[in-house]
Amino acid sequence: MKKEMTYLESVHRDGRIWGFSILALILAFPLLLCIIFNAVPEWEAMGRALLAVLPMYWAVGIIEIFTYVPMLGAGGSYLSFVTGNISNLKLPCALDAMEKADVKANSEEGEIVSTIAIAVSSIVTTFIIIIGVVLMMVSNLDTLLESPVLKPAFDQLLPALFGGLAVVFVSKNFKIAIAPMILMLAAFILTPLTSGEVGIMAPVGVLFTLAVARIMYKKGML
Amino acid sequence: MEFSVNHPIIFAMVAVVIAVVLAQSFYFLVRAYRRALVIGMEKKKLKKVIISAALFTIAPAVSILVGIVAISKFLGLPLPWLRLSVIGSLSYETIASTSTINELGGSTSETITTASAYVTVAWVMTLGILIGLILTPLLTKKIQKGMKKIEQMDKKWSEIFSNAMFIGMISAFLGYVFWDFGSVFSGNSTALIPVLVMASSAVIMLICGLLTKVLKARWITDYALPISLVGGMASAIPITNWLS
Repeated sequence: MKKEMTYLESVHRDGRIWGFSILALILAFPLLLCIIFNAVPEWEAMGRALLAVLPMYWAVGIIEIFTYVPMLGAGGSYLSFVTGNISNLKLPCALDAMEKADVKANSEEGEIVSTIAIAVSSIVTTFIIIIGVVLMMVSNLDTLLESPVLKPAFDQLLPALFGGLAVVFVSKNFKIAIAPMILMLAAFILTPLTSGEVGIMAPVGVLFTLAVARIMYKKGML
Repeated sequence: MEFSVNHPIIFAMVAVVIAVVLAQSFYFLVRAYRRALVIGMEKKKLKKVIISAALFTIAPAVSILVGIVAISKFLGLPLPWLRLSVIGSLSYETIASTSTINELGGSTSETITTASAYVTVAWVMTLGILIGLILTPLLTKKIQKGMKKIEQMDKKWSEIFSNAMFIGMISAFLGYVFWDFGSVFSGNSTALIPVLVMASSAVIMLICGLLTKVLKARWITDYALPISLVGGMASAIPITNWLS
């Protein structure tokens, strides 16, 4: 008799099917544009632009998978790597949901809560963007969104997000948090790192914290 | 067919992709919700997760919309709509599209007029984000297996492991807030803006915690993150006006 699939196994199976289907769809988009408008890309410019952006983004993309998949859980990963905005939206959303629901990230409840939070977040984001795009076509929402009064609020989304999040997580894991916070403050203040490099520094922070936590754990400090 | 950046057919193609991505989210939501009920999780708890996640998402989603406005000036609406709904992030899409436009010898202050320039930009934006889409289906199961192994070997370490990962990521973003802090000493007070916004958000979170205890109102904790996020963003308006 065929062995029955566990929930997690079925998540992996479905995640792969959805993932590869969406991959095909994403690739079909520029391909169809070429066919419909009977256009060929300007190869030389395309090659140079790819050379400029690809190595960096593919490297970051590979590191991101190893960094975020363990935190997002299986269902959360399959959704997040399709809908994007992981560090500034999906992951904080999942972390907060697991914290409030009082479930551990490595449990089945954690997997479920993380998946629900990320799915809801993806759906809400998509709908808000749809409404926004429609409003932009029929009204001047775009000028409102770009108004100088509101601009500072949108510019400071990340500090406003991580201030609150840090209070919750640092206060609960104070001992683990000291060393990485000092390292990251020093790294950003004392070196010419700019705000654009946070995407690379997040995995560095994760690896460093894991190393420090391991040493502290082995020495019985945690 | 005559090309325009806002051609109805491009809108239609984008709508199809976005509909499929939405369907995927709904599919996983329903699956997870049903499984939650099977293993005996309370409906009330799940409802709270859903409401809190939805509320928390509003402000970041509107800021993604601001990103679409910014790059729609030269790319039209549908392409930025697709790229920022599916995988893309504003910083990546801006860099990918502007560097392609520069290579094409165009300008980001003018709308693209030729189909060949448009498809060039579309290909670069698409190929740049492809790695995550290829590797996630291939690697997620393996990575999760590795996590499970750690858990089986040492349960306490596996919990510390997850917490350490979260803390590592949060630390990087705390450091990022101070990225320009050094220039404060040479008179650049605007570098203080993100630092003060983060502090405001942290203070709001602390007040929420305090109110929960004093008023014994558990619901405040449930919405503390969206409250501190929107409060922090709102504080950015007077703080920016003051320091710049």
